[in-house]
Amino acid sequence: MSAGGLAVLLLAMLVAAVFSVRWLAARDERGLLGRFGTPLLFGVWVLVFWQVLTQAFEVPQVLLPAPTLIGHALFASFGVLVGDFIQTVLHSALIGLVAGCSLGFATGVLIDRSPFLQRGLLPLAALASTVPLVGIAPIMVMWFGFDWHSKAAVVVVMTFFPMLVNTLAGLNESGHMERDLMRSYGAGYWRTLFALRIPVALPFVFNALKINSTLAMIGAIVAEFFGSPVAGLGFRISTEAARLNMGLVWAAILVAALAGSLLYGVLGWVERRVTFWHPSIRSGG
Amino acid sequence: MTLAGARTERGTVSAVWFRVGPVLTVLAIVLIVWYGAAIWLNAAQVIERVLSDRPGWAFIDLARLTLSMDRPVLPAPHQIALDLFDSVFGWPLDSPRNLLFHAAVTSSATLLGFVMGTALGAVLAVAIVHSRTLERSLFPWVIASQTIPVLAIAPIVIVILGSMGMTGTFPKAIISMYLCFFPVAVAMVKGLRSPGILELELLHTYAASASHTFWKLRVPASLPFLFPSLRVAIAAGLVGAIVGELPTGAQAGLGARLLTGSYYGNTVQIWSALVMSALLGLFLTGCVALAERWLTPGGKR
Repeated sequence: MSAGGLAVLLLAMLVAAVFSVRWLAARDERGLLGRFGTPLLFGVWVLVFWQVLTQAFEVPQVLLPAPTLIGHALFASFGVLVGDFIQTVLHSALIGLVAGCSLGFATGVLIDRSPFLQRGLLPLAALASTVPLVGIAPIMVMWFGFDWHSKAAVVVVMTFFPMLVNTLAGLNESGHMERDLMRSYGAGYWRTLFALRIPVALPFVFNALKINSTLAMIGAIVAEFFGSPVAGLGFRISTEAARLNMGLVWAAILVAALAGSLLYGVLGWVERRVTFWHPSIRSGG
Repeated sequence: MTLAGARTERGTVSAVWFRVGPVLTVLAIVLIVWYGAAIWLNAAQVIERVLSDRPGWAFIDLARLTLSMDRPVLPAPHQIALDLFDSVFGWPLDSPRNLLFHAAVTSSATLLGFVMGTALGAVLAVAIVHSRTLERSLFPWVIASQTIPVLAIAPIVIVILGSMGMTGTFPKAIISMYLCFFPVAVAMVKGLRSPGILELELLHTYAASASHTFWKLRVPASLPFLFPSLRVAIAAGLVGAIVGELPTGAQAGLGARLLTGSYYGNTVQIWSALVMSALLGLFLTGCVALAERWLTPGGKR
């Protein structure tokens, strides 16, 4: 195609993209189309431009492969990527996430009874959030070996502190009025805990879970850079990037992104089901 | 949440002890558990290598040997502290044996990325606040970009930029930027929108122009939202810079120290690099917290 023809095509596409997105954005906000339509259309246009530009300017595959190339790699190495998904997401990230969050939650509930320990641990937990905890990955690989156990251990350490901090904040969320009411009902510590304080703490707990779902994926993938068996998304990304096989690298990233979004989406869905009474959910719809 | 955040009344001894005592207690417990764990974890190797041909050894021998191993499974805190002290004060500042040199390399990438990410986040936030189309189409993607493990793209960014002839600080700063822009963008959108209808109408009665409203009302109103997110951003940016140093097998930087330590099984080196990066993280967030105190009118809260 000639340079002039290309310029006209790109300009026409740009105009079409801007107007179609504006048109959809101006429509009614409610409904499936209004909520998901605009960002989806925006994403589709990004893909179209990506494809056209990479082909028109013959961008080297190493720099940025075209979306079709990534799609091809995704289907061609589907089996490999499924193995990586099982290794990284189902083993390292999910097991680590569940263990780290339960540990953080249990510690929070236990420590909640001791103001002394709370005052001692909370500043340290807040400090832990400024520390690059991913750095413990090489140590964990040394201790627990190359398989998913070491990655899960990294995830446990990374997810523990956000959960602890949020659980403690959530348990303190129930007011004196409600607690006094429970007391006047003759409810003991455990009854108050399960009937009042943990339900009130749930929005905080879900907040931590959502933060942690992102951290878990990061931890699992980064830990694989320090050594892993021959499977795993992080392993795939680093080895294929070294071989300049960018189609597969981007396909692995796509899988990681989809897994992360899915995890986040599922948590958000459960949150809306479980904490339906919270103002932020009632008004947000 | 920070220690300095809540001022103790008149700083009396008991008030200070009220805040610091529990932290020191917990730290002491951690130290004791650490020493115990160091003895326990290193015991197997020591017994196998040294004590097996020395019958009749006592616990004190075991403790002495496990806490002074060359490549322990878990180094004792004083070993890490000694290694850290030795590398910081025993070598010139520009020597690759000095951890401060590596910390400087990493923090320069972090700071560059932090500045770029903050700028990008602020520009995005202003655009999103002012354009409904952008808000509806772009903002969901800004949020979706965070559910993907951004660090996963670190190796590619390094490889791509490396193939374009860019090495050193800049590629790492790009990764830091990617991690920094999101908290800034989200908090700025929230902050720029925080002025209520009352304030906006007041400025309207003053016949303030749009740019006046923006600079005199929206920007100052967004500062209390901006600074907490800046603290998050610089911590995330540090992680980004450290991870960015892994895939190239970079020669300098704290991430490179972690990697070489793990290649050669030099645990003390890993731990001292880890402690150094923790200190760097504390230092950087501390700087942002200081800036917050100076720049937010009326101090914190």
